[in-house]
Amino acid sequence: MTLKSAARDPVADTIQRDLIAKKGFDMVSHVRSGQYLKISLQAEDKDSAEQIIVRMCNILRIYNPITQNLNILKVTEIDQ
Amino acid sequence: MSIKIAIIQFPGSNCDLDALHVLNDVMTIETTLVWHNEFKGSQFDGAILPGGFSFGDYLRSGIIAAHSPAIDEARQMLKDDKPIIGICNGFQILTEAQLLPGALLQNESLKFICKWVKLRVENNQTAFTNMMELGSILNIPIAHGEGRYFTDKLKELQDNNQIVFKYVDNNGEMGEYSNPNGSLANIAGVCDLEQKCVGLMPHPERASESILSPEKTIHGKLFFESMKNFIEKRV
Repeated sequence: MTLKSAARDPVADTIQRDLIAKKGFDMVSHVRSGQYLKISLQAEDKDSAEQIIVRMCNILRIYNPITQNLNILKVTEIDQ
Repeated sequence: MSIKIAIIQFPGSNCDLDALHVLNDVMTIETTLVWHNEFKGSQFDGAILPGGFSFGDYLRSGIIAAHSPAIDEARQMLKDDKPIIGICNGFQILTEAQLLPGALLQNESLKFICKWVKLRVENNQTAFTNMMELGSILNIPIAHGEGRYFTDKLKELQDNNQIVFKYVDNNGEMGEYSNPNGSLANIAGVCDLEQKCVGLMPHPERASESILSPEKTIHGKLFFESMKNFIEKRV
């Protein structure tokens, strides 16, 4: 979950300005901060697992669609 | 008539007793503290969601409390024409519950800010501002870490007169230093379309007695006098 581009992100701005740029990594042009949840669940397959997660995030407002974008980074199978 | 107000307590609420004192002792309005799981809106004429924290404010401030059964009760109260105010964390809860528009983000300075600010009344038609003069300036303190108001529907809010308070400077202007937390358009408080639900980051319950105010003002009382007026006129 990352802040939408219309919302200012002072956490990321501080990291970029006061750490990254000051320490010489001036090739870094843009930083955005976010929240990350690692979720384990039981599902038929990877597609249905992703569908459940997206549905859950929307119903429970795990992310706030006014301020954040939701990205599912990776879905992997774990053996029982 | 005697009116009954509820202050809804969530795990982490800590401005509930301040609000109770002002309502009961300063305003002499019959007011009860109610645990969020036990709250029944039908027993009250209005409700206050107090400041503090709720459920550790994990994930985002107010999001877990927004799923409390108290919010379904609050939703029904609004349908029944009963006023509801969310103060600070209460405001965050009401936005996360989508009873109020927008969202509250971490202060632009990334610091917790605790100080007295000036608010300009932008809408004096709501259930909590009807005893205020339009454009008047209020002295009310803020105390929050996540109070930066954000909305992707600013024009809609302006067109519907849903912006209730803006942060201003001593002259009532939106100057460079009058926005304490980086709120969009200096917004400090908003209301729903029906103007019965109001949320704001500043704390009127801390500004209702002259002994507590650096300028000896009691502008916070106007919120609760407006609520009382709204309820009494409605019946």
